[in-house]
Amino acid sequence: MGIEEKIPDSIILTSLDKMVNWARKRSMWPLGFGLACCAIEMISTFSPHFDLARYGMEVMRPSPRQADLMIVAGRVSMKMAPVVKTLYEQMPNPKWVISMGACASCGGVFNNYAILQGVDRIIPVDIFVPGCPPRPEQLMDGILKLQEKLEKESLKDERTEWGRKTV
Amino acid sequence: MSTESKTITLNMGPQHPSTHGVLRVILELDGETVVKAEPVLGYLHTGIEKTMESKLYYKALPCTDRMDYLAPMSNNLGYSLAVEKLMDIEVPEKVKWARVCLAELTRVNSHLVWLGTHALDIGAMSMLLYTFRDRESIIDVYEACGGQRMMTSYIRIGGLAHDLPVDFDKRVRNIIKQVENGLEDYETLLTNNEIFINRTKDVAVISAEDAINWSLTGPMLRGSGIKHDLRKANPYTGYENFDFEVCVGKKGDAYDRYVLRVEEIRQSLRIMKQALDGMPEGPYLAHVPGVVLPPKEDVLYKMESMIFHFKIITEGFKSPKGAVYQALESPKGEIGFYINSDGTNKPNRVRVRPPSMINLGSLPKLVEGRMFSDVITAIGSIDIVLGEVDR
Repeated sequence: MGIEEKIPDSIILTSLDKMVNWARKRSMWPLGFGLACCAIEMISTFSPHFDLARYGMEVMRPSPRQADLMIVAGRVSMKMAPVVKTLYEQMPNPKWVISMGACASCGGVFNNYAILQGVDRIIPVDIFVPGCPPRPEQLMDGILKLQEKLEKESLKDERTEWGRKTV
Repeated sequence: MSTESKTITLNMGPQHPSTHGVLRVILELDGETVVKAEPVLGYLHTGIEKTMESKLYYKALPCTDRMDYLAPMSNNLGYSLAVEKLMDIEVPEKVKWARVCLAELTRVNSHLVWLGTHALDIGAMSMLLYTFRDRESIIDVYEACGGQRMMTSYIRIGGLAHDLPVDFDKRVRNIIKQVENGLEDYETLLTNNEIFINRTKDVAVISAEDAINWSLTGPMLRGSGIKHDLRKANPYTGYENFDFEVCVGKKGDAYDRYVLRVEEIRQSLRIMKQALDGMPEGPYLAHVPGVVLPPKEDVLYKMESMIFHFKIITEGFKSPKGAVYQALESPKGEIGFYINSDGTNKPNRVRVRPPSMINLGSLPKLVEGRMFSDVITAIGSIDIVLGEVDR
């Protein structure tokens, strides 16, 4: 009835936002970067038993320049905090952060002088995954939640210096 | 144009996929030859020892899991044995056998992760997939025991947290079979692999004399040909009842350590079989009212047990004054727990002798004068866990 009838079969009409988000969602490359215990569960998630490749994110990039997702897996010590921040700043936009585990999210059991009480004090976090360490299924759930969240983003959104849209 | 040669300084880490976490090494290179290597530690310093000092004896236990997170049960065992020594607690026979079985299961777990990551570092990508496949079944047993995949805190002061799961015997026997088959796969992939041999033979060599002088322990020491294993030299938790061999290498290079660790997995499987065959019946906790938590079933139905449970959880138990040191053979080497008590319900000082950290001290010795790419092999073959190095 509408314009669809006039165009050939091989053309699909969609909005730019939807197409970009669809592409971003299915090809998110995490930064290969583990801190502590959670990193082992992160490797388990990538290994054959759980196989994260099903969601199009099995390509771990050792260099922050090529990554768009940072999974902060483990406790962030005071000495490591500046390094984590530098790594985040080195990642190109658009970029997302998952804080994996209790230690990265809030300090966990280590409420002491050495551990940063939550990585969201230095970098903006999109998804917090609880657990000590979280099961691979929990991390996967976090990643799927992030993909849902990503679908709502728009190219028109303004980006602040923290790489986050203003609310 | 000047012809004098200059060295360059290269910073490796703390974010580097081959440093097994957050190790940083400052390398001084002359072309591709390493002139000087300096490990920089502390990027994962967690203050675990100090945190343990601020907690009751019971509540300090979960902190030990998070040190060497590839071998959590070994750490639990070390701490529990140290407190049992301090409090003079004798554990039931079944607990000893179960602990041996679990400690060996942990050794297999740790060595499998080591094998996968070490091979991955030097180019054999597929190893990680196979070792993690087998590791997953061990993790399932952990989960059945303690309800958690990695940080089980299953070995407690005076015994175990719960009784062993009903199908423990069957599950562990399946794992033994699976890992035995798996070992054949790994050896087919690596032992005669030309690339693997070229990258590990005569690399990261340490002589027997140096190994002793640097106070190395575990596979690092045995790889150089010294037959020292605390399970034989100073048996704990009933290792004297088990029949197994202490494997040694010859030259002390990375390849020897690979062969040694694979052989250690075999010996661990042997010990596990013996432990399952001879597992006695009996209680899973020592009966020491006021010190050891009563079994959960009793807490729900018996008045006295409930009172003790409440008292131990809220105010803990008072320890006699003194100091104890308990060492055991963890997958990485000798892990030791030193507890100094001043007679209160909290430890006055806890100090851990971390095998990874002391083994890591030999890194400059292993790589100086060698090629740059050997640094990766050396770090891998030391088998470090940064959680334990920095604590």
